[in-house]
Amino acid sequence: MMRLGRSTLTLVAVGLLLTVACGKKKPPIAVPTPPPATAASATPSTPRPPAPPEPVAEPVIVPAEPVKEDAIASGSLDEINRNSPLKPIYFELDSSDISSQGRAVLDANAAAMKQYATWTVTIEGHCDERGSAEYNLALGERRAVAARAYLVSLGVSADRLRTVSYGKEFPFDAGHDESAYAKNRRAHFVITAK
Amino acid sequence: MTVITRTFWTVSLSAVLGAAALSAGPGRAPQQPPASQTTPPPQQPSEITTTISGGPGAPPRLAVPDFIALSPDAETAAVAKAIAPVLFDDLNFEKEFALIPRDTYATIPIAKSLEDVPFDRWRELNADGVIAGTVQKTGTGVHVEIRLLNVRTKLQAFGKSYDGSAANPRLYAHTISDELHMSQRGLRGVARTKLTFDSDRDGERMTGTIESRSVKEIYIADYDGLSQRRVTTNRSLNIMPTWSPDGRSIAYTSYKRTLPNIFISNIYQGTMEELTKGGANNYLAAWSPDGTRLCFASNRDGAGNIELYVVNRDGSNLRRLTNHPAADTTPTWAPSGSLIAFVSDRTGTPQIYTIGADGLGLRQITRESYADRPSWSSGTTNEIAYAARTGPGNDIKVIELATGQVRQLTFGEGTNESPTWAPNGRHLAFTSTRSGKTQVFVMGRDGKNIKQITSVGNNYQPDWSK
Repeated sequence: MMRLGRSTLTLVAVGLLLTVACGKKKPPIAVPTPPPATAASATPSTPRPPAPPEPVAEPVIVPAEPVKEDAIASGSLDEINRNSPLKPIYFELDSSDISSQGRAVLDANAAAMKQYATWTVTIEGHCDERGSAEYNLALGERRAVAARAYLVSLGVSADRLRTVSYGKEFPFDAGHDESAYAKNRRAHFVITAK
Repeated sequence: MTVITRTFWTVSLSAVLGAAALSAGPGRAPQQPPASQTTPPPQQPSEITTTISGGPGAPPRLAVPDFIALSPDAETAAVAKAIAPVLFDDLNFEKEFALIPRDTYATIPIAKSLEDVPFDRWRELNADGVIAGTVQKTGTGVHVEIRLLNVRTKLQAFGKSYDGSAANPRLYAHTISDELHMSQRGLRGVARTKLTFDSDRDGERMTGTIESRSVKEIYIADYDGLSQRRVTTNRSLNIMPTWSPDGRSIAYTSYKRTLPNIFISNIYQGTMEELTKGGANNYLAAWSPDGTRLCFASNRDGAGNIELYVVNRDGSNLRRLTNHPAADTTPTWAPSGSLIAFVSDRTGTPQIYTIGADGLGLRQITRESYADRPSWSSGTTNEIAYAARTGPGNDIKVIELATGQVRQLTFGEGTNESPTWAPNGRHLAFTSTRSGKTQVFVMGRDGKNIKQITSVGNNYQPDWSK
């Protein structure tokens, strides 16, 4: 999409350039230096030099489709993370066990990490507010480590996975009920390099 | 009546004031430069004096009227006006004296001089002792004199004078309170101690994250919550601050380099040290009582398992303290320095344990459903405060180590966490959500006299200076 837009723009720009070039029939500098009459010049009736500006931009424009890069991978890290193919997984209270639902999410995350084999990812462990702030740092760490271990077991290189715990410092949902807590007990995947 | 020796000497407050002139972080100029002045030698005349006692079984009743301004300028008047209310609160905090409410003697005229104290009026109020203080302008600041007078005998029970800057009248009150408590009650007061905590009050957001995340910065405050100042300014997550034993540095966990590491801010120099560096996660620093070492939790073993490590203050001589597949975290040192209390979930739930600083002699202390954040009293009682899960939230409990006896200090008003002892073991600071947001509160070791001392933003994880 982006690329198409950019090509359109380029086309318009080139068109404008051409229009400008045509409008200025006699570039002031070009006029006083007529081409030397050589034997090779088979067209003696053309006193003006051929206008050279077009060829520069032309070839780039055409292959817009074939170059079509991955819409996900082509964005900035922020853009990638905002619409990340790596989805969070959620945990039970006080637990770092990965549920079957969590495993399914991690299977998809592992597949994405294999598809984008250059990405490195930080796994953030988070907790809900019911545990105490200090111990939650350890629990968050354990959740992140559990997620990493599972991804590694699926063949993702451990070198590409860092863990960090935020304890209960960064709740996803600021609410104080179970629906908020359930969203806050999570491992969150952040792509840090692509 | 006990007879004790009293020294009536003149000390310069400049050293203390210098200590209060904090540079609030790297690059910040001290807000209150200490008035550079020569320290006068102690002027001794040692005298015999008395402690003031109250009625049988009752604490002495004290009155703290306004100090007398002996110079006519506005600054001297302002200092004189400021000291007494703070001194009243400082003295009231330890409950060693029965402070007569100041409004009950608002009509008693302030004495023109120390010789002019209306003892009969104070006797009418049943005061056992009355504070008489004066403030006089000097070339560099003010000269403050304080006497505690026995209303019955009209004799002086305590007297001292101070020279220093006029910039921080509260510090005169805090100093007088601590020295008066020591002189009269043999008690180490906490009026000059400070709290550090982290706060999201600035409303700043983390950069480089997709979710909206609030930064937390390290703050300090006087023990009563006033004079709050920001220590860190890195717009990241800065948590779990702890005072060095000399009160001149704060170690904390900061995510400013993405992964959590332990940093030390030397708050009077405005310098910072990185205690831990590199690719591991390092959390929750705790100072040894002599300030030479720190214990912290780290996942550096390669398996991502949180264990405790001890390191010299300069980052050298790192060694592992615990070794267990469960998480070992949240360390705190015993006042003796020979033991460390910490939290482990090796039984399946987080509980408090103690271990020798040499890694030997593990002992389980708590058998709660969930216990965290031990804080070891450095007072005369050998007890550990902690946060225990008591329902939907946590409450503060204290366990006496000799007997194993547990007492609960808070009872489900909000969630209550992160207890920290005052250095004299008579008070605790902790966080509570009882007033809405998370705020720092202080209370007595009996759980009474709960007082909120922060109110802006959310404030977390207090640590009381030693």
